[in-house]
Amino acid sequence: MLENITLSFQGIWAHKMRSFLTMLGIIIGIASIITIVSTIKGTNEQIKEDLIGSGNNVVDVTLKQDNTTYEMGYGGLPEGVSVISEKTRKTLEKLEGVKEVSLYRKRTWSENVFYRNTQYSGALYGIDTHYFSVNGYVLDYGRGFTDFDNRTFHKCAIVDTATSSSLFGGENPVGKVIEINKEPFVVIGVAGKLQNSGPKITTVQEYQTYAGNSSGSIFIPIDDWPIAYQYDEPQMVSVKADSTDDMTKAGKNVADALSVSQMKTGSKFSYAADDLLKRATQMQNLSSATNRQLLWIAGISLLVGGIGVMNIMLVSVTERTKEIGLKKAIGAKRKRILAQFLTEAAVLTSLGGLIGVGSGIGFSQVFSNVMGTRAAVSIPACIIAVAFSMAIGIIFGLLPAVKASNLNPIDALRSE
Amino acid sequence: MILEMTNINKDYPMGKSILHVLKNVNLTVMEKDYIAIMGPSGSGKTTLMNLIGCLDVPTSGTYMLGNRNIGTCSDNQLAEVRNKEIGFVFQSFHLLPKMTALDNVAMPLLFAGVKKKERRERAAEALKIVGLEDRMTFLPDQLSGGQCQRVAIARAIVGKPRLLLADEPTGALDSVSGKQVMQLFRELHDSGSTIIMITHDANIAKQADTMYTIFDGVLSGGEEQVE
Repeated sequence: MLENITLSFQGIWAHKMRSFLTMLGIIIGIASIITIVSTIKGTNEQIKEDLIGSGNNVVDVTLKQDNTTYEMGYGGLPEGVSVISEKTRKTLEKLEGVKEVSLYRKRTWSENVFYRNTQYSGALYGIDTHYFSVNGYVLDYGRGFTDFDNRTFHKCAIVDTATSSSLFGGENPVGKVIEINKEPFVVIGVAGKLQNSGPKITTVQEYQTYAGNSSGSIFIPIDDWPIAYQYDEPQMVSVKADSTDDMTKAGKNVADALSVSQMKTGSKFSYAADDLLKRATQMQNLSSATNRQLLWIAGISLLVGGIGVMNIMLVSVTERTKEIGLKKAIGAKRKRILAQFLTEAAVLTSLGGLIGVGSGIGFSQVFSNVMGTRAAVSIPACIIAVAFSMAIGIIFGLLPAVKASNLNPIDALRSE
Repeated sequence: MILEMTNINKDYPMGKSILHVLKNVNLTVMEKDYIAIMGPSGSGKTTLMNLIGCLDVPTSGTYMLGNRNIGTCSDNQLAEVRNKEIGFVFQSFHLLPKMTALDNVAMPLLFAGVKKKERRERAAEALKIVGLEDRMTFLPDQLSGGQCQRVAIARAIVGKPRLLLADEPTGALDSVSGKQVMQLFRELHDSGSTIIMITHDANIAKQADTMYTIFDGVLSGGEEQVE
């Protein structure tokens, strides 16, 4: 086999131009496939990252009533739903795929929040001390909440950077007093999101998902929530998963655990996770389905390349009839001649495949720069592409190889 | 005994009729024989050479090469016989142009499954026997006709076959090269090789120890020649 491979390389080198032209079909086909696959992979990664936030891996678990989001009113906790305790929160953190859990309450459109005479209409959050860590917030200045703030019901607040500029008009908010449902809260800090943890909003759907963030957010300690809103309201849960791929599992595990521990049997309420990963997968599938059609077209060029290989190999058999005759005369068996021609075809197309993979990687980078999309090289796809090229060589080299191996040595030696 | 052909016939269908190319050929070759088979063009000598060389099988008759009945051999068995028992020397050398002299000579050993190192050593030894030890890395187009034929002879003897079969070995050579090649055959014979040479040239045939003539498919002669 090694001898045949060496002889094949010698043959390719001896007929450089012809070998290159023979490989061209395979090179173009494989390069197209690698470009498309790299673009699909890059786009998928982009979708995943855009939709669920790179490196954040947070999934929200919220209360549902008959499988639709429970609308917060002024009635406090619905009947049969209990408050999630710190002990339960710690239990949730031990579930599979879960890294950290934060409990919070939220009003997307808060009312009766003022700074002096300016009304605030963004989101209001009652958060525990884990919320910032889970959701990727960092304090720009001031300080964060402490257990002491929660324990003493200290009426304090942290604003995000959007609120800082919209509500305080450029003044330093720290030390200023805001009014929430007529209760005074002292601003103790300004927080912003880490660069890589915020989702990029590119569609209306995503805007609706993250609408609260665009108008700004005000955070108060979760234990202060009843001071502002009179009642214990149902908590929401932010779950930070171990990895992006664990998000669905982590969200489901937490939701299932809460639906059991916080509800009475037969309750029409339940906890459910917002499955962003699933939504991303759906978008990726849509993108992949479109690109898969392109793969078929690229596959046709590979087929044409394979036919080209067969054509050249048939010519090669005719040209080398005397060589085949000699080899058979001095003792080469049929299977050796067959193996020699099959190896030549396989080496030729594998080499074409390797060049095609290299070109494909190059094209995908160029394509990515020109079109502004992301390209991500898939190593398994590259390996499969080269193996596939080899298979094409074997399939399309079979007919010429059989023809060569069946030559009668007397006729072959006599041929001109 | 190297080979024995008994009542060998070879027929080829020609449309509705049959062409009888060899008719009741009987030939016995003993070890260390040096035989020439001479005949004009179309006499059937190449067909006879193909049969002796196991490139073809007879239509009827028995051909024993050693203890093996060639008429009953499969294609693969015939290939093995050609590889191990017979060394071919062709009129037009049949060297592979992209291979060096050494690689050309080593080729039968490759088909015999000999390891690369041993192949190269034995090929170098064969080239030394034919006096081309200084041309091992040369390609055929860098060699003269006489040298090419000597490379072909080296290829024929590299596997130490029982029989050396030469088809018009000087046919493509000038007279000086032809003489050198014939001298080489004589030396090989003297060192113990069994040689059958097919030729149409009486002067070449005369250099063998025994001469047969073939005419219209009938083999005759076999008398020892006196120098």
